Amino acid sequence: MEHYLNLAIKSIFVENILLAFFLGMCSFLACSKKVETAIGLGCAVVFVLTISTPVCWAVKNYLLRKGALGWAGLPDIDLSFLIFISFIAVIAALTQIVEMVVEKVSPPLYGALGIFLPLIAVNCAILGTALFMDQRDYNLGESTVFGFGSGIGWALAIISMSAIRKKLWYSNIPPALKGLGITMLLTGLMSIGFMCFAGIRL
Amino acid sequence: MATATQTAVWTKDHTKIIRDGLWEKNPITFQVLGICSSLAVTTQLKTALIMAAGLTIITAFSNLVISLMRNFIPNKIRIIVQLTVVSALVISVDQILKAYMFDVSKQLSVFVGLIITNCIVMGRLEAFAMSNPPWKSFIDGLGNGLGYSAVLVTLGVIREIFGSGSLLGFRVIPEAAYAAGYMNNGMMVLAPGAFFLLGCIIWIQRSISKYSEA
Repeated sequence: MEHYLNLAIKSIFVENILLAFFLGMCSFLACSKKVETAIGLGCAVVFVLTISTPVCWAVKNYLLRKGALGWAGLPDIDLSFLIFISFIAVIAALTQIVEMVVEKVSPPLYGALGIFLPLIAVNCAILGTALFMDQRDYNLGESTVFGFGSGIGWALAIISMSAIRKKLWYSNIPPALKGLGITMLLTGLMSIGFMCFAGIRL
Repeated sequence: MATATQTAVWTKDHTKIIRDGLWEKNPITFQVLGICSSLAVTTQLKTALIMAAGLTIITAFSNLVISLMRNFIPNKIRIIVQLTVVSALVISVDQILKAYMFDVSKQLSVFVGLIITNCIVMGRLEAFAMSNPPWKSFIDGLGNGLGYSAVLVTLGVIREIFGSGSLLGFRVIPEAAYAAGYMNNGMMVLAPGAFFLLGCIIWIQRSISKYSEA
């Protein structure tokens, strides 16, 4: 249990997927203008990540890894070069499902998220988490916790950024720095803040 | 479509497409696409160069392939088709890197795979290749890839010189400077340094090209 808690804290704060690995920057920059959208997208990302990381783990361990097809009587086959394409297919399919569920359950949220939901499929945070899971050889429990933690970390970053940007409405920024420029500088400051967590272990 | 303009191999249009990608509509500073990898791989110039080359090739060729297929792709499943084409190209680049430059491929870690979800590739496919002929799309992919490369190389040079005092692995800041008390700026190789630097590059580029967000 302690091990999982440690992993969760590490993926939320110490190695925040956005502020330390730069993943998911595009939607972070594009969708952090309003707090409501940021919260919606943050929740959607947490949801998709928590499901997609373990599913990708299963795909890797029962289909693609060297010797993974042993249950089908083909122990010598190594399909690991297909990892990219199968992970992205899993993620795209899951996003489609989430989109349909959200449309059914909560039309206002669907209206607010609108075009961003399909974008989750091409959000690098999702594929990046799956690839890190593959690279670090996590087991099923670890990859679930890692996916969830990464999602929470990303949501935390985008929600706090949208709050900061709301405050910025009233500040006098040089015209060329408006929008993207100032957001990058702010993200840098936030990233320094998150670096204070480095070294924290339970 | 006028055949005269299509058969000409190089016209003013093509020059403009390249120029747009490189400067006026630079994918990173203007279109806000592909930020993730531009920050992650630029602690050293070498990785930045290889990443830039990989992305330019993939953008150009995926634009070409999708543009050739654009009239046969049903609108509803176009994202999946695009992702499939892009990931096939990315897999080939990844396998080549693993075979011939194993240490670099280790350093780039997951970021080669992440070219699949790099917004530049998808963005150009959606915005350009789906509605333009193949040769033009290829040029557009090339132009945007080069624009991305320009930012990447700038970041890579600055971060490597100030962060570790070397360039492409060779020491450029003399030992005497260290003896006199000069120190490498540790922040340059860390995440915050990358954010600040890119923020400043965007600021400079937008001041010169007189562009500002409303």
